[in-house]
Amino acid sequence: MWRTTWRSLLAHKLRLALSGLAIVLGVAFVVGTLIFTDTLSKTFNELFESTAADVNVTRAAAFDQGLEGTGTGGTATYVPADLVDEIADVEGVAAVEGSVQAEGVYILDADGEVLDTGGAPGIGVSWDTEESLSPTTLVDGRAATAPDEIMIDTNSAEETGYRVGDTITVLTPGPRVEAELVGTFRFGDEGGLAGASLTAFDMTTAQELLTAPGQFTGIGVGAADGVDPGELADRVAAAVGPDYDVKTASEQAESLSADFSEALQFINIFLLVFAGIALFVGTFIILNTFSMLVAQRTRELALLRALGASRGQVSRSVLGEALVVGIVGSTVGLAAGYGIAAGLRALFGSFGLTLDGSLVLAGDTVLWGYAVGVLVTLVSAYVPARRAARMPPVAAMRDDVVTVQRGLRRRTAVGAVLAAVGLAALVGGTLSDDGGTGASLVGLGALALILGATALSPVLARPFLRSVGALLPRVWGTTGRLAQENAVRNPRRTAATASALMIGLALVSAFSVIGASTNASIDKLIAGSVRAEFVVSSAVGLPFSPDVAEQVGDVDGVASVMPLRWGQAQLDGQTTFLTAVEPDRLARTIELTWVDGSAEGLGGDGVIVDQPTAEGRGWAVGDPVEVLTLDNREQQLTVSGIFESNQVIGSTVISLGTLAGAGGVDQDRFLFVDLDDGVSTADVRPQLDEVLAAYPIVDLKDQTEFQDEQKGQVDQLLLLINAMLVLSVLIAALGIVNTLAMSVIERTREIGLLRAVGLGRAQLRRMVRLEAVVISIYGAVLGLVLGTLFGVALSRSLADQGITELAVPVPRMVVFLLVAAVIGVLAAVGPARRAARLKVLDAIAQT
Amino acid sequence: MTLPGSTSAAPPAARGRSLTKVFGAGDTRVVALDGVDVDFDRGRFTAIMGPSGSGKSTLMHCMAGLDSVTEGQAFIGDVDLSSLDDKALTVLRRDRVGFVFQAFNLLPTLTALENITLPMDIAGRKPDQAWLDRVIDTVGLRERLAHRPTELSGGQQQRVACARALAGRPDIVFADEPTGNLDSRSGADVLDFLRSSVRTMDQTVVMVTHDPNAAGYADRVLFLADGRIVDEMADPTAERVLERLKAFDPADDRSADGGAASRAGVR
Ligand SMILES: Nc1ncnc2c1ncn2[C@@H]1O[C@H](COP(=O)(O)OP(=O)(O)O)[C@@H](O)[C@H]1O
Ligand SMILES: [Mg+2]
Repeated sequence: MWRTTWRSLLAHKLRLALSGLAIVLGVAFVVGTLIFTDTLSKTFNELFESTAADVNVTRAAAFDQGLEGTGTGGTATYVPADLVDEIADVEGVAAVEGSVQAEGVYILDADGEVLDTGGAPGIGVSWDTEESLSPTTLVDGRAATAPDEIMIDTNSAEETGYRVGDTITVLTPGPRVEAELVGTFRFGDEGGLAGASLTAFDMTTAQELLTAPGQFTGIGVGAADGVDPGELADRVAAAVGPDYDVKTASEQAESLSADFSEALQFINIFLLVFAGIALFVGTFIILNTFSMLVAQRTRELALLRALGASRGQVSRSVLGEALVVGIVGSTVGLAAGYGIAAGLRALFGSFGLTLDGSLVLAGDTVLWGYAVGVLVTLVSAYVPARRAARMPPVAAMRDDVVTVQRGLRRRTAVGAVLAAVGLAALVGGTLSDDGGTGASLVGLGALALILGATALSPVLARPFLRSVGALLPRVWGTTGRLAQENAVRNPRRTAATASALMIGLALVSAFSVIGASTNASIDKLIAGSVRAEFVVSSAVGLPFSPDVAEQVGDVDGVASVMPLRWGQAQLDGQTTFLTAVEPDRLARTIELTWVDGSAEGLGGDGVIVDQPTAEGRGWAVGDPVEVLTLDNREQQLTVSGIFESNQVIGSTVISLGTLAGAGGVDQDRFLFVDLDDGVSTADVRPQLDEVLAAYPIVDLKDQTEFQDEQKGQVDQLLLLINAMLVLSVLIAALGIVNTLAMSVIERTREIGLLRAVGLGRAQLRRMVRLEAVVISIYGAVLGLVLGTLFGVALSRSLADQGITELAVPVPRMVVFLLVAAVIGVLAAVGPARRAARLKVLDAIAQT
Repeated sequence: MTLPGSTSAAPPAARGRSLTKVFGAGDTRVVALDGVDVDFDRGRFTAIMGPSGSGKSTLMHCMAGLDSVTEGQAFIGDVDLSSLDDKALTVLRRDRVGFVFQAFNLLPTLTALENITLPMDIAGRKPDQAWLDRVIDTVGLRERLAHRPTELSGGQQQRVACARALAGRPDIVFADEPTGNLDSRSGADVLDFLRSSVRTMDQTVVMVTHDPNAAGYADRVLFLADGRIVDEMADPTAERVLERLKAFDPADDRSADGGAASRAGVR
């Protein structure tokens, strides 16, 4: 019995390979994601472990800040110098040294441009004199010992071409520093710190520039021979008290790489979502392929039944084929996943996150790959397998293979119910007050609608093909008529084929609507709320020195400059991102719409929040807010104003003074520049450009440029999402090829007859092509309608998250429709050629 | 009670009692079998003849457990087929009944030998090698065993189908127009084989045919018309069968069996 399964598999290998591709893609994404994640954590683990001192002491943070070093926190915690002496007295300590490390130090190349780290931070450190505790190793030259001496890492030296003895410039959180390059060094074993650029100063200079005199960011402790680091850590912890965090090297490495993995979690989710989509779309194609194989083999299967094969045996033989397809697909997918992981590593390398180790292929990954691939294939093949088992044995004896068309009544009922539930959830989600609940309701509604539409699509296919398809005979005569009939003939198959395309396009168009709406919202927001004539900011929100604000403020014609900073603290027990602004200058640069209160109280101990935050936290004007800062100090603020949601300023805003008091770093993220009345932007631009030339980390943008920049970020994200979704459309195209190839085979006799009575090869090809185009347009229309619905609903439900406008990009939708038609034409190439090549007599003779 | 075909005292290999089969309902209602009583004795070669649409195939399908009856009972040996569920029926077909159809008897993906042993493969049984050799030698296809069906002529394909039907030593073999698609030479080969399987290997064969010459190979002919057995003939010859067929209503005759008659004339 297995022999028949095996032979049938070989006989249909091309077809099965096509349907297996869907599995390959899905598994590849799953596996690629897992491999990449494993590689990431292994790389960081090794890097951090190799570079940390035996025991490390830092200020205990009052709450988990997320990833340190990503620049999102903006709040610093220092360790005083006298702690070093205390630790030196602890028994078992062989060496101890404080060190400084901070972000915001950028190396300028010979042209005065910031060394491109692809978004990785520019880090400044103190040069440690105690070699056993230092993660860095001197490669060339000597250590920096004076304020006019500086060292950089070997990677940066290589990229800029700087050599020991050159005079180089770096931007720091404080002033620009011009100094002699006295040495180069490498970090850890591989040389780099995940793509970041490193600049080292002597300790005094480092403290002056990066922290404060007598303040370290951490203390490294070396254990004496034979002393267990864990024990030493316990002893040090006892000595320094609860205000400090004491970790061994491996603990430090673990928590750092855990932080990194968490920060990169969104990539995993992103990739796994696409894996899910690929597999979901793939399900349809596999189901379709196996349905057709079963239909095509009606007689064979019936013969087996007549000869005594039980229902179980017949369905197992079909599932057996699926199993092999699943295993082969998963295996190829595993290899492809390895490729994807390698690609991701390269991609991250180009963004500045360099992973030097080899890719990690864990046993779990392999297991998951096979489990997902095989399971999805078997589940998809289950329905056709059951249908095969129900084949009556008498079917073997019929001359004409009649595929019994079962009624669509049950499908219609199920589909209608699902669609109704989905629509209700969609509307409910749109009307919902709470953004989070609304979005998840919309998500559930979208899923129900997609399933409902899939169930209903054979029912809808008939009227669609009868009405829209009626164009075909009118334009292409008999060929068009035949194509139309062929598409209508088996509405289930037409619908199943179209479904894959429908899902792909529904997602693409939903994202397009959201993207267009977001962009429209940004336009409106910035035009309506930014009063400042200019905005100064770095490309990726990197922090820069307050010197910039000072110098911009000195330019003639500039009325005021308002800096905007970021910070983090716990507000009423909940970790919150904070924006800090200059209260006096806020009104002149950013316009807020007040729901209650005003910006007035901000100067004192006030905090202003946007409406969704106020509603979510239950805050009203006048309410006290308990603040816990990162360095564990408590403070009380008062809610002094509630404004309408505004993406430019963020959701929770305090004054710069309050931020500084809470341990905020003196580095700006944005500057809003307000000009004197009667001064035009063109008048001051040259001077501003001149001043900012010294700070290549920042750009000057007028309102339109600022808008474009913000929209550019949305477009980039959209592009990335769409690039991934193209895959699902690609899988859908494979499905169409498959269906057409099958229906050509099924109709071999019919085609022979058509040829015999005079249908030319070219006409035959056109017939197949038209059928394909009609099916893909059907799928595209369904997808676009659904996608627009989803997009509108999701945009509406996110209205309080800043998507205030609604825009449906109609021209883009039309392009999607045309692309679908082209996909149809391309998908038909192979099957059409095959149909045209059939010899008339062979085709008729074939039974 | 005397039934057609009850000529020996031994229990028959298969029998039907008041077999009635109705297709469709209302306007499309067709009574394909109308209370047929029939016995098929062991070790005999029975031919069933009748005009097209007279219910020959339906009778076979019902007797072989491929299709259910509307009323009445069909027995293989002592087993009442209507008392069996799908599973039991499947096992019965596999182990006790052999089939030869007019066309599409073989799986195109398997070789001739693999097709012959297919029912045993399905059952997960080893074939009885001595018996298998004997069947293969009788059918005369030893050199062709490794060929795929597409590499065999129509006659060879039907002989492979016959060999498969016999390979499991079934209680009874049903053949529905096994020579319908063959030229007269190949047809004669197949009929020779079926007859010798009955004569020398003691098998029981029931064959539906249009062709009086084919019926001439049988031990007995049953004539069917409008779903009823209207006559039977023992030890038939082609000439006598042809004579008998001419006695049928000429209207039926022309439309349905004209082809067969003229084929007989050619021979
Ligand atoms: N599956 C079916 N559905 C409806 N009618 C059928 C079916 N099978 C056979 N019939 C009808 O039953 C009658 C007997 O058919 P059949 O046994 O195939 O005749 P024969 O084999 O003698 O030519 C015919 O009228 C035929 O149309
Ligand atoms: Mg018949």
